[in-house]
Amino acid sequence: MSYNPSDLINPKVSGLAPSGIRKLFDVAQSMTGVISLGVGEPDFDTPWHIRNVGIRSLEKGRTQYTSNAGLKELKSEISCYLKRKFNLEYNADKQVIVTVGGSEAIDLAMRTVICPGDEVLVPSPSFVCYGPIATLAGGVPVPVYTRQEDSFKLTPELLKKHITPKTKMLVLPFPNNPTGAIMTKSELEAIAKVLKDTNITILSDEIYAELTYGKERHVSIAEIDGMKDRTILVSGFSKAYAMTGWRLGYVCAHEDFTATMLKVHQYALMCAPTTSQFAAVEALRNGDDDIAMMRQEYDYRRRIIVDGFNSMGLTCFEPEGAFYCFPCIKSTGMTSQEFCQELLMDSKVALVAGDAFGESGEGYIRASYAYSIEHIKTALERIEQFISKRRK
Amino acid sequence: MHRILELIENNADLTPKDIATMLDADVAEVEKALEQYKAEGVIVGKRTMINWQKTSREYVTAMIELKVTPQFGKGFDEIAERCYQYEQVKNVFLMSGGYDLALTVEGKTLTDVALFVAEKLAPMDQVMSTATHFVLRKYKEDGVLLSGKDDDERRVMMF
Repeated sequence: MSYNPSDLINPKVSGLAPSGIRKLFDVAQSMTGVISLGVGEPDFDTPWHIRNVGIRSLEKGRTQYTSNAGLKELKSEISCYLKRKFNLEYNADKQVIVTVGGSEAIDLAMRTVICPGDEVLVPSPSFVCYGPIATLAGGVPVPVYTRQEDSFKLTPELLKKHITPKTKMLVLPFPNNPTGAIMTKSELEAIAKVLKDTNITILSDEIYAELTYGKERHVSIAEIDGMKDRTILVSGFSKAYAMTGWRLGYVCAHEDFTATMLKVHQYALMCAPTTSQFAAVEALRNGDDDIAMMRQEYDYRRRIIVDGFNSMGLTCFEPEGAFYCFPCIKSTGMTSQEFCQELLMDSKVALVAGDAFGESGEGYIRASYAYSIEHIKTALERIEQFISKRRK
Repeated sequence: MHRILELIENNADLTPKDIATMLDADVAEVEKALEQYKAEGVIVGKRTMINWQKTSREYVTAMIELKVTPQFGKGFDEIAERCYQYEQVKNVFLMSGGYDLALTVEGKTLTDVALFVAEKLAPMDQVMSTATHFVLRKYKEDGVLLSGKDDDERRVMMF
């Protein structure tokens, strides 16, 4: 009997869909002169005062594990921050866990709540991790296709249509990657009305909460009457403070959830990186001005890129959050994949095809505006020339 | 509308249309504001920032501290004017603290700059003393990094 590793892999894992950007990524990597609007992380460096505190912690030899749930002072700052910004009250000692990025927080939440066969409602298009993590946790991801006519928001009607007796969890990924859609307070209230007589737990991924551009600030569904106990709030430092590489996030929830999630966290990860935790304390204490500066800069770029796509006939609904826009390319007659592949080969612009974020993303492309104005304008010029050639 | 000024201070290539889009304003309003800023001397010019250190051009920059005697009724203005008339002088600032005027002077060689200070600045009647500091390397100028990383190290594509 021969030992064959490929026969021994968990089918749940081997059955996961391959990355929707792998092929194009490999091609783009092998080319020179490519200009990209395909990156999902800030172009800013982590503000110096935050980096400096991380460095100082290393200099002082603070290189040990922290407690499983995280540094006490960081949990306390997270609790203060959520109260200050969103009027949310979480007990720092019992209801906050510091995680390795928002991704680990999502994994913890799903592994803690989902039982085999449970259905997990995932608005689509959205960030790519929810479905696979739900599957690995034994659940069944159920896509809920949002539409451009609804500004890619989750509507109560859509939600009702997908709820079954097996529905265990609803993922609320707003502000949304890739569409830039947000949910307002009244829209969340309508969702809450649907959920209040159910046993559905909400996984609210609010990693882009600081990056909204309308007059009203981001609202968490946990702020809505009756929703806090059923909401597992996930957020982190990557997007707001340009700290992607530090891998630091957090999860806040009812203590019955956090006490159980902590067990998974301590066995799987022990604790989040210590240096990152010290830096994050500084971010929360003194980083508001950094956020304001970056948000203002993203907002300028957002207007330029949306105007650019609309001007060239690729209609683009106005994104109100995150740092992506999601123009429609149906008028070109190409699929999302065809468009991105041909654009890359012809004009050396890298974008992510909308269908990489779920079937309902077909007909769209995701363009990130985490780039300088000059870079965005050059990319837009190339895209416009590409479209003009195709239309002739 | 200081926001217009803040935008063009960091990016002189922005067109009125760009600015209007970024600020969600009317193009005509932006054009009018720009004209007014020029007329009032708020906008005084446009330049390209060049990192000469990356070229083979020979040049030297020095920071000169001048202690001067202010003149009755004119203060420091006249001596400042006498300094800035020289094309070698790139910046002139009136300072608080241990000296009065701070100058940035450029020349081709150390000797050029040293002689300029010795022959043109030091002999002025109001100048009591000078101190010359040569710039060895510029790391950051007007908020722009001149050394260190400049490539985008992010992956070309990610979710």
